[in-house]
Amino acid sequence: MTLLDVDFEFRYPPSRDSGGASHESASVACRWQDPIGEPRVTVFLGASGSGKTTVLRCLAGLERPQRGHVRFGDHVWFDAERRVHLPPDRRDVGGLFQEYALFPHLTVARNVAFGARRLTRAAVAARVGELLDTFRLRGLEERRPRQLSGGQQQRVALARAVFRRPKLLLLDEPLSAVDRPTGDELREELRSLIRALAIPAYIVSHDRADALTLADRTVLIDGGRIIQSGTTEEVFDHPASAAAARLVGIDTILLGRIAAVEDGLARVVVAGREVRAQAPAAAGHEVALCIRAEDVALARHDVSDSSVMNRWRATVVTEAMEGPFVRVGLDCGFRLAALVTRDAWRRLGLKAGDEAWAIVKAATIRAMPRN
Amino acid sequence: MDWTAILLTVKLAALTTLLLAIVGLPLAYWLATTRRRWRAVVDAAVAVPLLLPPTVLGFYFLMSTGPNTAVGRLYGRLFDGTLPFSFAGILLASVVYNLPFAVRPFASGFAAVDHRLIEAARCLGASGPRTFLTVVLPLSWPAVLAGLVLAFAHTVGEFGVVLMVGGNIPGVTRTIALAIYDDVQALDYASANAASALLVVFAAAVLGVTYSLQRRPLPL
Repeated sequence: MTLLDVDFEFRYPPSRDSGGASHESASVACRWQDPIGEPRVTVFLGASGSGKTTVLRCLAGLERPQRGHVRFGDHVWFDAERRVHLPPDRRDVGGLFQEYALFPHLTVARNVAFGARRLTRAAVAARVGELLDTFRLRGLEERRPRQLSGGQQQRVALARAVFRRPKLLLLDEPLSAVDRPTGDELREELRSLIRALAIPAYIVSHDRADALTLADRTVLIDGGRIIQSGTTEEVFDHPASAAAARLVGIDTILLGRIAAVEDGLARVVVAGREVRAQAPAAAGHEVALCIRAEDVALARHDVSDSSVMNRWRATVVTEAMEGPFVRVGLDCGFRLAALVTRDAWRRLGLKAGDEAWAIVKAATIRAMPRN
Repeated sequence: MDWTAILLTVKLAALTTLLLAIVGLPLAYWLATTRRRWRAVVDAAVAVPLLLPPTVLGFYFLMSTGPNTAVGRLYGRLFDGTLPFSFAGILLASVVYNLPFAVRPFASGFAAVDHRLIEAARCLGASGPRTFLTVVLPLSWPAVLAGLVLAFAHTVGEFGVVLMVGGNIPGVTRTIALAIYDDVQALDYASANAASALLVVFAAAVLGVTYSLQRRPLPL
């Protein structure tokens, strides 16, 4: 089985007028191994400045790490000790880049055939024709990139990337160039195209929607390090740390200390309020409590006769429409986000400055020990 | 008018431009893309002739290429001749003197090419030289053309360097600018006037063509 074996550390040069993105850490170090046999899609999810793009650039050969190695099966792509560093064109990768980076001076057909090497004219034409069909680009052969819609550009970029039948696809923020509704549409399309190609793909993104819809596996990157990886379900359902929880979109993260544990339930004191959640550690330990906005209910009055353990008096601070829901920002001594339906919000008749009660079942709060 | 001098000038300018294309394009590409510390040093070295009086450059060229210098001996062994007071000498001096006039427009043109396109080309299997030929040059040709035209025109009008390095040998190193000077010395104002007018028309034409090319988008 072919194995992608990655273990490197890349240190950013002391910042000069490079004009590049700012990084929150001085280096990016990562280490993982992947069987390459099956066409899996891996999404590297991280905030901007987390180093996720650097990981991809090191894989592609656009950056040279200071330490470690990158091996693809028997091929050594990079080895710091042996001073091996293959340029991108000698690695078996196909790339799709931010804003697609289509060549503006070339037609669609020539963009697609850009990777052609040592092929007869007939062979190139045949392969281009095949890809034009696969990517529904027939009739656009002679157009220039600027005459294409966002979706068409994406398909040209993907067709161009796979022309040489690369062993690995690298996609850098494939949907960052377009507005949100278009992005959602293109993401659907990208998904079906990548599935159809059956080439293992690494996608770098800051958008958790990319991970949720595209990825078999999600790798979380923070501060230049891989902080968690696993199947997408696993990572999103069980973030292993507060930073991971933030990345996968847990809305409220509270930090506190376990005051006591009773029957497996922890009492955590946060900003003078008591929060009940399943205990991840013994009393005295610091914990991070993750609360999804959709798990927070609102009431005008205290509902002391219910089964809910966590009821906090709160002040409404903000409200924002979010599709059929309203996202409500609350101040309970700590900030808390709640997601309620518009209908419920109307019936409550609350507005900013009003008093309300936030209600959260203990079972929905995820408590994680902090190191 | 001194047609021998005009022909010699055109030959000198054409060959200088050709050599500058061969040397200057890769040099400019390196300057535009490298992230090495050396960049600033090389960049400054290329720009030096912009500030030096041509006579100073010519003087040092003369001093460093004489038959008793290392460069002079190497040249003598390779080509059996000397650089000072020869056509090869003024050609080489022209190339050095005109380096910034070609390299700076080239480099600014290359630097204006979206580096993501260059990286995309590399990731699509194109080598460095191939990327240069298929992506960078087609996207920066007005700047390259401007650099070549400027270098050509500047060589045509060159005086100090040619005089210092080449002397003023008719048919060998006497260019049109030197011929005009000689005419004036000999009080032959009619001849000087004709040659000067030719250069004025030439300069105006070159600038007109260059400027209009800069504004025109790629010929698609």
